[in-house]
Amino acid sequence: MTALVALRDLHVAFDGQAALRGIDLDVAPGEAVGLVGESGCGKSVTWLAALGLLPAKAKVTGSVTLDSQQLLGARPETLDRVRGGRIAMIFQDPASSLNPVIRIGRQVEEALRLHRGMRGAAARAEAKRLFDQVGIPDAARRLDAWPHELSGGQNQRVMIAIALAGRPELLVADEPTTALDVTIQAQILTLLQDLRRETGMALVLISHDLGVVAEACDRVCVMYAGRIVEQASVDALFAKPTHPYTRGLLGALPPLDGPRRRLAAIPGGVPEPWAMPPGCAFAPRCGDRMGACDAAMPGAVMVAPGHRAACLLATPKPVAREAVHA
Amino acid sequence: MIRFLGSRLLRAAITIVMVVTFAFVVLRLSGDPAQIIMGADAPPEAVEAFRAAWGLDQPVWVQYFNYFGAILQGDLGRSMRDGRDAIVLVAERIPATLALTLPALAIKIGLGIPAGITAALHRNSFIDRAVMMLAVAGFTIPSFVLGLLLVLVFAVQLGWLPSGGQDSWRHAILPIITLGVGGAAVLARFTRSAMLEVLGQPYIRTASAKGVPWRSVVWGHALPNAAIPTVTIVGFMVGSLIAGAVVVESVFSWPGVGRLLVVAVGNRDLAVVQCILLLVAMTMVTSNLIVDLLYGVLDPRLRNQPRRAAGTA
Repeated sequence: MTALVALRDLHVAFDGQAALRGIDLDVAPGEAVGLVGESGCGKSVTWLAALGLLPAKAKVTGSVTLDSQQLLGARPETLDRVRGGRIAMIFQDPASSLNPVIRIGRQVEEALRLHRGMRGAAARAEAKRLFDQVGIPDAARRLDAWPHELSGGQNQRVMIAIALAGRPELLVADEPTTALDVTIQAQILTLLQDLRRETGMALVLISHDLGVVAEACDRVCVMYAGRIVEQASVDALFAKPTHPYTRGLLGALPPLDGPRRRLAAIPGGVPEPWAMPPGCAFAPRCGDRMGACDAAMPGAVMVAPGHRAACLLATPKPVAREAVHA
Repeated sequence: MIRFLGSRLLRAAITIVMVVTFAFVVLRLSGDPAQIIMGADAPPEAVEAFRAAWGLDQPVWVQYFNYFGAILQGDLGRSMRDGRDAIVLVAERIPATLALTLPALAIKIGLGIPAGITAALHRNSFIDRAVMMLAVAGFTIPSFVLGLLLVLVFAVQLGWLPSGGQDSWRHAILPIITLGVGGAAVLARFTRSAMLEVLGQPYIRTASAKGVPWRSVVWGHALPNAAIPTVTIVGFMVGSLIAGAVVVESVFSWPGVGRLLVVAVGNRDLAVVQCILLLVAMTMVTSNLIVDLLYGVLDPRLRNQPRRAAGTA
């Protein structure tokens, strides 16, 4: 299957300091991909960069293609059609992500006008239908509400309605539930899964919570210090975590059954961008560190079909050794 | 809404009473008007007669209540200098002052706000630095220095424009520029920082992420939010339309309210000074009230909680 969106060797630097150090990632049509990692690992930056939403001072290199159309350095008019039209994005803090001085209905109608040419009564009717679809009660009246009159969960539903307005092929959800209560988190996640089933759109779910990703996604990419260190299907990742960082993350999750055990924390902290080790960025915290780890960044190795890890200890599947990173 | 308006009107009234009282007390403390108006070597009987004529021989609190009672009946007293009604004297000068301050306000808004927006949109660029350098220069230079500088260059050296007086529209140009520059600079800086603050907000990123063209992001999403703090500053400028030109009118010998105030203070012409201060307080209070109401229009978050708006005005 050809990728809908393909990121190749994506690098981002702020003021000369690298935030992303070579991301390769494919999203297939209709697929749900999770991006996990600690805060600051670059999971949000990856998609902000892909959509050209980073501030001008960010230096972005590499390639981002949507159906083989290059998005990096594309003309603003091209990007404006893609954003919200083919790729929509929702954010962590729904309350401050909506414009406080514009009624929420109008914020949805604006997207409908931009991407589907709808105006007036037609746009309003469609906005109401979208509100119904994302589960906003009393949708017709809510259209005239202001963002501050709604709860965080309701605002995130409005954000999702805006995102759906352009009938996107991919929805990028950047920590969509982090700012919400646990019960609301579950509702929003369920909503996203339902919508994906109904519309067939692909989903990229950015989260620091492996549990959230495991529930909603088919495939997971684990990021560390601006790189993807392991990607696999959800089942494979939980069954056979290969990268020591992934194993560390899983070890830090409390088991649901079996005896209570002490949770294993990963020692140390993420290296600062100005003090990145020359080799594997995780080596200083890694229990399996070898001399060779510090020599060069390990490339991604295919350990099983669809399962790759960027670690020297990962044993490649015989025949197909895939070195994606040069 | 009615309650909000009622409480604001009450506050406005209290402010005006305080200004009037303060002016009354300070003017009585700062010298004897009878002595000053009659001259140092006037015979004591004449001074005494003057006092009796103007009620200055009565206890201060009696004077105060008489004065207040008169104000409530719409009587603002007469000038001790030429005996005419103070309000007439002041009203005569208002058109001259507005002839300077209204065009100056237009310059402040027309120059300051676009400059601030442009600087914010080109943050850290050459344009931004140039605008901000001019703005810092513009509001650090005192208006009397700028006024004299302009006179020196355009009146004395180049001879293009007159240095003072009120004979033609050409006489108004230098004072208007002098008044406008400082306010434009303040407004440019304020608009820039309000704009930068707003452009950094997540909802701006949301607008871009849903495909809104940058121009519409700026006009439709950023400006309405940046307008909220900017309105405060513009409100102060509107409030100082009457009294904001005291220094500039003096520098350019412009016969407006400001110069009348300076002369009346020098003469201890109590009724005139008090009348001007009352007028100033009323314009300031009125513009504050309008600003408060505008907050409600611009920011839906403040509509249900007017108390929060009240603190910022």
